[in-house]
Amino acid sequence: MKAAPFEYSRPSSVAEACELLTRDEDARIIAGGQTLVPMMAMRLARPTRLVDIARIPELAFIRDDSDAIVVGGATRQAALERHASLAARLPLLARALPWVGHAATRNRGTVGGSIANADPAAEIPLVLVTLDGSIRARSTRDDKVIAADDLFEGPMATALALDACLTEVRFPTWSHARMGSAFQEISARHGDFAYVSAAAQVALDGDGKCVACAIGVGGATAAPTRLKAASAALLGGRLDDAATREAIAAEIAALDIMIDPHASPAYRRRVAVTLAHRVVIAAHDEALSRTPA
Amino acid sequence: MNAPSKFRYISTDRRVREDRRFVVGKGRYIADLAAEGMLHVALVASQHAAANIKSIDASKALAMPGVHAVIDGAELAAASEPLMNGLDTPNVRRHPLAVGATRYMGEWVAAVVADTRALAEDAAELVEVEYEALPFVIDAEEAYTPASTPVHPAHGSNVLLDRVFNWGDIDEHFAASERQLSLRVTWGRNSTVPIETFGVLAQWDPWGQVLDVRASIQMPKYADQIARALRLPMNGVRVHYDVDVGGSYGVKRGIKHSVLVGYLARKLGRPVRLIEDRLENMRSGDAHGPERIFDIDVAFNSDGVINSMKMRALDNAGAYAGRAPFQLGKPIGAIVGPYRIKSVRYHAVSVTTNKAVEEAVRGFGQSPTNYAIETMVDRVAEAVGLDKVEVRRRNLIRKEEFPYLIPSGTRYDSGDYHAVIDKTLAHVGWRELVAERDALRARGLLAGIGIAACLEPSGGNSSFEPLLNPKNTTTTWMESCRLNVDALGTVNVAIHTTSSGQGHETLVATAVGEALEIDPDKIRVTRPDSLSSLPGNSPVGSRMAIMLGGAAFHAAQKLKAKIVAIAARRLGCAPEAAVYREGAVFHGDREVSWDDIVTIAHRHFHELPEGAEPGLESTYIMQTPTGLELPTADGRVQMYPCHSFEFHVVLVVIDPDLGKPELRRYVIGHDCGTVINPHIVKGMTLGGIAHGIGATLLEEFVYDAEGQMMSQSFMDYLMPSAHEVPRVEIVHHCTPSPLTVFGQKGSGESGYLGAPAAVSGAINDATRPLGVRFNKLPIRVGALADAVADAREQRKDSAP
Amino acid sequence: MKVSLTVNGETREIDAEPRLTLLDALRDHLRLTGCHTGCEHGVCGACTVLIDGAPARACLLFAVQADGLEITTIEGLAPAPGELSLVQDAFCETHAMQCGYCTPGMVLTAHALLRDNPAPTRDAIVDAISGNICRCTGYGQIVEAIELAARRLAGSNAPAKGDAA
Repeated sequence: MKAAPFEYSRPSSVAEACELLTRDEDARIIAGGQTLVPMMAMRLARPTRLVDIARIPELAFIRDDSDAIVVGGATRQAALERHASLAARLPLLARALPWVGHAATRNRGTVGGSIANADPAAEIPLVLVTLDGSIRARSTRDDKVIAADDLFEGPMATALALDACLTEVRFPTWSHARMGSAFQEISARHGDFAYVSAAAQVALDGDGKCVACAIGVGGATAAPTRLKAASAALLGGRLDDAATREAIAAEIAALDIMIDPHASPAYRRRVAVTLAHRVVIAAHDEALSRTPA
Repeated sequence: MNAPSKFRYISTDRRVREDRRFVVGKGRYIADLAAEGMLHVALVASQHAAANIKSIDASKALAMPGVHAVIDGAELAAASEPLMNGLDTPNVRRHPLAVGATRYMGEWVAAVVADTRALAEDAAELVEVEYEALPFVIDAEEAYTPASTPVHPAHGSNVLLDRVFNWGDIDEHFAASERQLSLRVTWGRNSTVPIETFGVLAQWDPWGQVLDVRASIQMPKYADQIARALRLPMNGVRVHYDVDVGGSYGVKRGIKHSVLVGYLARKLGRPVRLIEDRLENMRSGDAHGPERIFDIDVAFNSDGVINSMKMRALDNAGAYAGRAPFQLGKPIGAIVGPYRIKSVRYHAVSVTTNKAVEEAVRGFGQSPTNYAIETMVDRVAEAVGLDKVEVRRRNLIRKEEFPYLIPSGTRYDSGDYHAVIDKTLAHVGWRELVAERDALRARGLLAGIGIAACLEPSGGNSSFEPLLNPKNTTTTWMESCRLNVDALGTVNVAIHTTSSGQGHETLVATAVGEALEIDPDKIRVTRPDSLSSLPGNSPVGSRMAIMLGGAAFHAAQKLKAKIVAIAARRLGCAPEAAVYREGAVFHGDREVSWDDIVTIAHRHFHELPEGAEPGLESTYIMQTPTGLELPTADGRVQMYPCHSFEFHVVLVVIDPDLGKPELRRYVIGHDCGTVINPHIVKGMTLGGIAHGIGATLLEEFVYDAEGQMMSQSFMDYLMPSAHEVPRVEIVHHCTPSPLTVFGQKGSGESGYLGAPAAVSGAINDATRPLGVRFNKLPIRVGALADAVADAREQRKDSAP
Repeated sequence: MKVSLTVNGETREIDAEPRLTLLDALRDHLRLTGCHTGCEHGVCGACTVLIDGAPARACLLFAVQADGLEITTIEGLAPAPGELSLVQDAFCETHAMQCGYCTPGMVLTAHALLRDNPAPTRDAIVDAISGNICRCTGYGQIVEAIELAARRLAGSNAPAKGDAA
């Protein structure tokens, strides 16, 4: 199980990386390599050249903006997990990250890599979609922002051009005083890709009415899906358990569910409803426990 | 009760000596051994379930720099004998590389030899094979029908073994029983999947005419088989046993790899090494475990007493015969489990299919059989409306009935099953556990308790060989040990096998230390190569505590007799009047010290007793305590001598919406007689349970309808991690075996033999209120939840 | 191409194809065979090494990527020939292994855990080793070993040399 031969470059800037990618359409970026290397070992991926962006200084950062935490594309998942303000500002991501692989893979795996790889069951893309985040992608042609909604196109498929480098990931933060979040997933074993995962973040006003709501499900669909209708339906009122479930079930009923050998589509659909419902309730209860501003 | 005071070192809390080299990374595994000028092998694998090989064109591969050879099945078959079959099935021919046709996806078609493994893989991609796809059969039941496509046309059908045994008055017992029921359970195809794949390094010495073989092997008669296949004299093959094996639990039997590499080493005049990569290991390492369908009819009374059982076991052996069908034979030695079932009809069927080849797995067929028996007992309890512990109590063989002869001819050595169960349930707090389950159910969760009462037959002999193959008349199944006290008085013990984590060095040092009353840590244990070894049969059949421990003890006793004889002469007394104690020999208040005895033995021939050989050496070749006779005409035979007992209690909780079983509590009562090293036995039991949990919930080699294997990597073949294995509480009991030197029984398969039955039983108990049953392993999260959802849906529909 | 690997404090240069994994570089080029090959696709953890102190899979990193990083292998843990680190000794005390194949990865993972979290809960231990598959032990005695090592660390005034990994 040895990779097919390839060339290796370690550019020192994004510009140089983009240049290398432009020159060879079969070149691939490697950052943490936690997904790409197994594919190469099995010779299911055969890049002609690896462009190693892991040590480009401008790609490894975590920045606390006023309305977002912005993370460099090659920032390691473990570094983000340890980021001081993460639990307070991005509790949903803080809750999701321990589900990403295992500690040893998070030590090498990058935030941008997980997003660019676009596994339908991956946790970081789900959080990005749920929070309506975005990424920035640079190539020799352009430097553009892609909204999470437009980014994920299907299993292992994104709107990222093959010659583009994912330079930063923007996770929007909420400023509500009464905010709660929850993340749950189900897989055969802890650390495996989820059959279904669900993420929710809920903000309440002083009366306990829902002022912001984000719900997403992963694993069930070809790409992580934000439950926009359900989220909208919950806004403005006090959360009602049955109505929440109904809104979620209605939206999930209309989704195209993935078919693979690991779990039946019926299972995925049912469990997506169950988990989405549970995370909304858990997020709501957490928000409710917080003191109003 | 676990550490009777009569022992000095046995059963005491001593470290395992092997661990010291492993914790510092100084184990000596096959992949760590490199020879000067060594070449590497990669395999060209068939992607078809079945195909004729029309042509093989290796020219592009051979043109690559660094590539030394590409060989195919025709070349190898011309230079070697087919690999050994267990059964008398001469037309099921198996060669390391496919000859003319391939019979399962992944089967090796050609071998590429190059300077590095990476280069060999590059070249393997360039070997062009033209196939003609053939019809195939994947399913065992289909393969058992006369109309199925034979995997080996020359054999005429897919049936390797089809034999009915009738032990006792089955029809009479069925007629006299108040109740009957039938069930079917299916054991999925899984295996032990060691983290180290199989590897072998061979080197041919053309001047010495000897093939040196180092391998990650756990296999009886390994050197013999290589010699036979390569048409070498057996003393032309030297297997080195000083190779640490990175896990096996039965499957490290790479005979096809070894014959291939041995041939290549001779052909090329260079050392050649083949280390399977994970894909090769999973799809074509010929190391899958049993895949088995059990159909059972059981006859019992309304009080839960079971009278008779009819069992058909249909095993999917995969594409070639090997020794796999014998895994239907070994369980005959415990076919009634720990129960007083009076008569049994056993129908053993083994069929070929276009799947990878089955190999021996921990328990050699016993764990699937135990799963079938225990599920049956659960069903009987359910049918008569009695507590399943109570039904077991009513059927268990009683302490005073040992030795107990079961209908199929094996005499169980000893046991106190009721005591183990009572002790375990007392530890568990049975009533509290039931209350906990019911409280969980009241909260809307699915909760269930599973139990399993199982035997681990141990001290493996080969009685299943003559039983299933009349041409095989082997009744010898020895293990050996050699002791030598050197000229400076230190003790050296030689063992003649590889080990794969069983702690054999600790075992023999403890046994010899116990016998000689000297500190085991001062004893050196070595592993000579096969040319310097005494005969043995490797660590299979849960036999080494009994057989290697026994051989070491007996060798020490022989040595002690020599020591006493030497000392007695110096003391001027008869040997019978001299007393050995802690290395010295006493007669009254006079003593001859260890050093003096060593001096006499090594330097003072003039002081040796008449006829004594100089030096202090002894060997012992031990035959198994039982299994000395050939089977009777009606198929009764004494299988393994010793019978360990285990009783599992598991509490499972399942979120009905998600379907993922959580093992909330796991307790095992374990009686393997005298424990030689408590750490080793504990590890075996815990590891066996983890393996059993994997087999029950996660692990399966899945083939699709096209015969393609869907679980070739660890992304799809899921093994339990630390998260999936609960903390296990062990309750010890000791019923010594009367047949062994310390009263020890086997423990190498413990835990695994009952865990699948217990965990599956717990899940079935959890879903019973919904009328949902799982009769097939593994029980996967999605399938479990789907069945629960369907049942709830139906209840909703049928509600008034 | 030339790659400079700093392993157990010593820097050595090897000539490697880009496709050579760190695992194969350690084993075949530096003869540090305590780093074991299990699956070569990042699941089993047998090839765990510490990179800049943190556990990582050596099979998921090409040697060229590791150029200049601080790598610790099992061979770098024992304080002196014939001696064991506190964690290694605890593994021997509880017999936290059988065949020994996953053991170097487990020991390194335990070292890293105890450095970051000297008094881990059982759950934290389980989570830390959950990326390393052991087929022999069922993990019970491994968890016990790490608990024992933590107790011994707490009982000593300062970690013994070699224990901080």
